[in-house]
Amino acid sequence: MIEWFAWVQIGIASLAALVCLTFFFVKRGPNDYTLGSLLLVEVLLVVQVVIAIVAPFTGNPPSGDGLEFALYLISALAIPVVAGLWALSDRTKWSNLILTVAAFSIAVMIFRMLQIWTVQGA
Amino acid sequence: MSEVRSESKQEKSVGLGRVLVLVYGILALAAVARSLYQIVTKFDDAPVAYLLSALAGLVYCVAAVALVRPGPRWRRVAWAAILFEMAGVLVVGTLSLVLGDLFPHDTVWSAFGRGYAFIPLILPVLGLLWLRRRDSIGAAN
Repeated sequence: MIEWFAWVQIGIASLAALVCLTFFFVKRGPNDYTLGSLLLVEVLLVVQVVIAIVAPFTGNPPSGDGLEFALYLISALAIPVVAGLWALSDRTKWSNLILTVAAFSIAVMIFRMLQIWTVQGA
Repeated sequence: MSEVRSESKQEKSVGLGRVLVLVYGILALAAVARSLYQIVTKFDDAPVAYLLSALAGLVYCVAAVALVRPGPRWRRVAWAAILFEMAGVLVVGTLSLVLGDLFPHDTVWSAFGRGYAFIPLILPVLGLLWLRRRDSIGAAN
């Protein structure tokens, strides 16, 4: 895991949550901005997968538990996809609240993943 | 909540229910994934705690499914699952604080779900409120 990249991910996921929450409060259904922000979060997660696979070979192995990290990453990958598909089928403003919850969970999970990766002697 | 006055009560109820289901889904995922990890890597440390976590995760799955499904049977399943969670978080939460030796390893319910931002404590309450509300709307129609 690359620390600054994890923080970028946390920042963008939090921003995405904020964007979706705003559209929920102004009573709009899911649109390109809210779905797009979740798509961006998902793309960054895929990049994170690549980083997590490559990093140990470049002298950056996790000092914490790799298996726990991988479980978090796999779970995180699924969340924006499920929330996004949901938003495509349900065009009410509630979908934006769902996208908000999804994006916020990703931010929390990335933070937890960063802790797991960098922890000393889990 | 004046901003939702234009919305029908039923629409709002359906929308809130969906958000609730998503949160249940994420919690189920978290609890199941975590207990799988614990069971695979260090089951012998605390078999009871880890099996309890796995059970909690499965019940969250059941609750999420039961909340989406229509019909009286699923409604009863939802009631049962959510009451079970409520009992679980209260009993295990209290025991983990009072008799820490019993639960040296974290479960999803330890210290009232502190490891999960107290969501395990709040969620059953919201779930029960939502079920009651949906029942009353269903009865009115």
